[in-house]
Amino acid sequence: MKKTLILTTALAGFAFSAAAEEITVMSWGGAYGKSQIEAYHKPFMEKTGIKVISVDADNPATPIKAQVEAGNVTVDVVDVEYADAVRLCDEGLLEEIDPSILPAGSDGTPAMDDFLPGAVTDCLVTTIVFSTMYAYDMEKFADMAPTTIADFYDLEKFPGKRGLRKSAKANLEMALMADGVPAGEVYDLLETDEGVDRAFAKLDTIKDSVVWWEAGAQPPQLLADGEVSMTTAYNGRIFNAAVGEGQPFGSVFDGQVYEYDGYAIPKGAPNLERALEFLVFATETEQLAEQAKWISYGPARKSSGPLVGLYQDGKTEMGPHMPTSADNLVNALPSNFEFWADRNTDLNERFNAWLAK
Amino acid sequence: MALPTYASPLERLWYYVYRAICALIFLFLIAPILIVIPLSFNAEPYFTFTEKMLSFDPTGYSTRWYDLLLTFGMGKPDAVRDAAWWSDVWQNAAWVNAAKNSVIIGFFSTLLATFLGTLAALGLSRPEMPFRRVIMAILISPMIVPIIITATGLFFFYSATGLANTYLGIIMAHATLGIPFVIITVTATLVGFDKTLNQAAASLGANPTTTFFKITMPLILPGVISGALFAFVTSFDEVVVVLFVAAYDQQTIPRQMWNGIREQISPAILSVATILVIVSIALLTTVELLRRRSERLRGISPG
Amino acid sequence: MSDASHDSVQSGPLTTADGKPLKAALASAQAHRTRRAFYLVAPLLFFVVITFLMPIGQLLTKSVNNPAFYSWQDRDTGEKIPLMVDLRAWFDAHPAGTGPDEAAYAALVTGLVHAKEVKAQGQIGTRINYEVSGSRSLFTKTARKADKLEPPYKEAVLDVDKDWDDPKLWNSMRNASKAFTIDFYLSALDRTRDDSGNIIKADEERAVYILLFERTLVMSALITFITFLLGFPIAHLLATLPLRHSNLLMIFVLLPFWTSLLVRTTSWIVLLQSQGVVNDIWVSVGLISDENRLQMIYNQAGTIIAMTHILLPFMVLPLYSVMRPIDPSYVRAARSLGATSWTAFRRIYMPQTIPGIGAGGLLVFILAVGYYITPALVGGSTGQLISNLIAFHMQNSLNWSLAAALASLLLFAVLLLYWLYDRLIGIDNLKLG
Repeated sequence: MKKTLILTTALAGFAFSAAAEEITVMSWGGAYGKSQIEAYHKPFMEKTGIKVISVDADNPATPIKAQVEAGNVTVDVVDVEYADAVRLCDEGLLEEIDPSILPAGSDGTPAMDDFLPGAVTDCLVTTIVFSTMYAYDMEKFADMAPTTIADFYDLEKFPGKRGLRKSAKANLEMALMADGVPAGEVYDLLETDEGVDRAFAKLDTIKDSVVWWEAGAQPPQLLADGEVSMTTAYNGRIFNAAVGEGQPFGSVFDGQVYEYDGYAIPKGAPNLERALEFLVFATETEQLAEQAKWISYGPARKSSGPLVGLYQDGKTEMGPHMPTSADNLVNALPSNFEFWADRNTDLNERFNAWLAK
Repeated sequence: MALPTYASPLERLWYYVYRAICALIFLFLIAPILIVIPLSFNAEPYFTFTEKMLSFDPTGYSTRWYDLLLTFGMGKPDAVRDAAWWSDVWQNAAWVNAAKNSVIIGFFSTLLATFLGTLAALGLSRPEMPFRRVIMAILISPMIVPIIITATGLFFFYSATGLANTYLGIIMAHATLGIPFVIITVTATLVGFDKTLNQAAASLGANPTTTFFKITMPLILPGVISGALFAFVTSFDEVVVVLFVAAYDQQTIPRQMWNGIREQISPAILSVATILVIVSIALLTTVELLRRRSERLRGISPG
Repeated sequence: MSDASHDSVQSGPLTTADGKPLKAALASAQAHRTRRAFYLVAPLLFFVVITFLMPIGQLLTKSVNNPAFYSWQDRDTGEKIPLMVDLRAWFDAHPAGTGPDEAAYAALVTGLVHAKEVKAQGQIGTRINYEVSGSRSLFTKTARKADKLEPPYKEAVLDVDKDWDDPKLWNSMRNASKAFTIDFYLSALDRTRDDSGNIIKADEERAVYILLFERTLVMSALITFITFLLGFPIAHLLATLPLRHSNLLMIFVLLPFWTSLLVRTTSWIVLLQSQGVVNDIWVSVGLISDENRLQMIYNQAGTIIAMTHILLPFMVLPLYSVMRPIDPSYVRAARSLGATSWTAFRRIYMPQTIPGIGAGGLLVFILAVGYYITPALVGGSTGQLISNLIAFHMQNSLNWSLAAALASLLLFAVLLLYWLYDRLIGIDNLKLG
């Protein structure tokens, strides 16, 4: 009997999948991708019957740009960092989104007041606040744990390899903060050549001990394999490895760089209407709060805040692990999207040259 | 090369040292390929031999990573393993889909490369072929030109012509990459080909078509098949073109491995690697048997 | 040709049975055969032109032509719309070096207003941003306000941002409005233009490409040399053993040759990483302590080791095919004439293997120069080759014209080597397995 039932369901499943509509959502993979599948994709499929296909990229902004420029768009919804969304929107590579389609928060606050300031732009609806911070292997520093961003650069007190993302963004800011620059002055300094030189000089001090990573899933892996003893990372990935998988990782939010990230629709998306439907659904109060149960990224709607409670393990309070919790904001820097939209090309060029030497 | 009787003691010493050096070099060649096989049966998610593995404790070994190849990407991996579970594997498992794509793309690109390549090799090996050297150089060049350049060019070209993200596009690109191998192997067979056989067939009243299928084809067949195998392996192992011009549902095995190696190199990668090593052993054996057959047909003794 | 053999003996010029002069008949038969041979090759040639030569042609075009500043393709209709028309006309009318006057600024504003309408301001800004950092926001910001600007435009534009009077910016716009530019080749050779448009060296902090080209050549040469050092002894052994044994040992060379590149790269990661098999062995025999595990991967050493392994069969196989037919009696004769074994080897054996060394060396070098996958996976930051930078500009920075320029330079180098190979060894002599 049971077997027949499964078989029928399976057959129904085939028939269904053949006829069903599909949309493709491109995101960052790993623990973050999983949180989106659980909080957005699955409920959306249940509600509408539209199949959501997940696709991963190191940074979805780049393949999207390539696709649109080449006139070859296969993705309907894309998860991009705020600075990239601004840049792509300026270049006409993203569909403009009418903010009036976003519903009010569950507490009745109009959408534009409910979202964090600036979180909804012409082309982007922010879903989360994430942070680039650093994590360390607790077993290697059992006696004395690092607590400040300066400790990350202190190879004498805290020996061992370091992991850093292979790009200029966030690395330069963190290097300056490690060098003693207060968060508020970082971007003013980076606008000048001396500031950039100073950041690279700081990076020079640990260059020989660095293992470079590119995909967000790599840093927890590097720590777990013992390839590095400390690494910068996206905070949610570390949280999931530490709390979800019980890895002995400690997080340091001192000197973190936090930023918005959200959904946009590439120009010429094959299923524009379905894409909008998905985007609206995913950015409702409940869904944003639901995602925070799977990974420690702050929801972009204020009305989601009170709904965030425990991690999916049912016992870990999410609040203190969010990049935006008061304790974690003591010495923290909001990423400056204008700066990076402008200077990314130039600084990455210099970063590459520095790296190759 | 036996040691001659007149060798001096120093030469005797060198004789053994030389053998030892060669043994080390052979070890360098083969060890990295064999090492992945036992490690793919590691029960732990590490890349080194655990104590249990070294003491041959059966609990140190497991096939969990092979299992993961089936379950990864499935809808309901934990369900009972009945027909529905297997159809889920067939439909959704990431590695199974990659294997399907690899086989489809490999098969058609091999077919295309072998057909066009053999035809061209027949033309190129005729003495009256005009511009032989230049044309040969052009046809071999896909093997020489760095793959990143080919892939970059294809990205621009396919985007402009609508071939990007299509199976046809990848198949054509892979066929192009496989063609040099077909040409090289088939021309090599044709070099030793005795043309009087064709004349004999013609004098006995066979028309060119009959001559081709009854005389030429059987003789060059070993060369054609090994060329085809080379072309298949080229496609089966190719990742850069797929990275540049394939859509997301056209992931092949190497593309899937590329992701795995860069992000989280789990022993699952090693189990794929093991399967691929077995495939390459099978291919190598086939090619070797073909070569011997070809030599026998052409009357060269295997020594 | 069977027709020609039927001709009967007769006086006068020789003719075929149907009365045609024999010479003409032979010529036409020859032409017929030439055509037949060509028809066999034609389909493949056509195919390769489409799937290989045309894409590479397009790549070369991209490296000298980037229309982002003066042409916009509407994403919905596919229609091509010219941009900055007035400004281009102004550039045409005024020679390089002319400072921008009121007319130039007016043309700029008209262009920006139009660009804003079709949403091309970001594309224009990004194009100029390749050369003048920070100009992207200059364009988007000014375009946003452009339709409200009033004459005199020069003042109005400078009011929006004073950076607009930067001569470098105007030079860059002038160059970007031309259909043909060598600027991407300049960037690819670490050159740039100064305020008045002269070619100068790029900042030392940003110069990277020449270094990478050099590194690619040096590392390829080193890898070629190591494959020679390792390949020569075993090729010699294989060539001098009886065939039955050497065929068996040949498997050690051929199996790697047939094994997936990614599998072999994975194996080296497994072997060399700091928690990997090799380090484990060294720690367990006490050669190094657990804290000081060697970094053998994610750097140059990793790239060199893995690439040597992968390319070694390409050295061994040509060497073997040259060494196998060498007659051992020459060496024996030298010995019998009193040469030591070393002299006999050096003076008699070695010179006969030169063609094999040349073939293997060139082949390995050509293949190494264009390597991408292995350095990308095991090269870390210092083990990257020029191919990896091309991929970076294709996939990350999306400066496709620069990627195309770098690729063209690499292509040129490889074709030169390929030509050399064809001259010296002949492509016909390329053998596999």
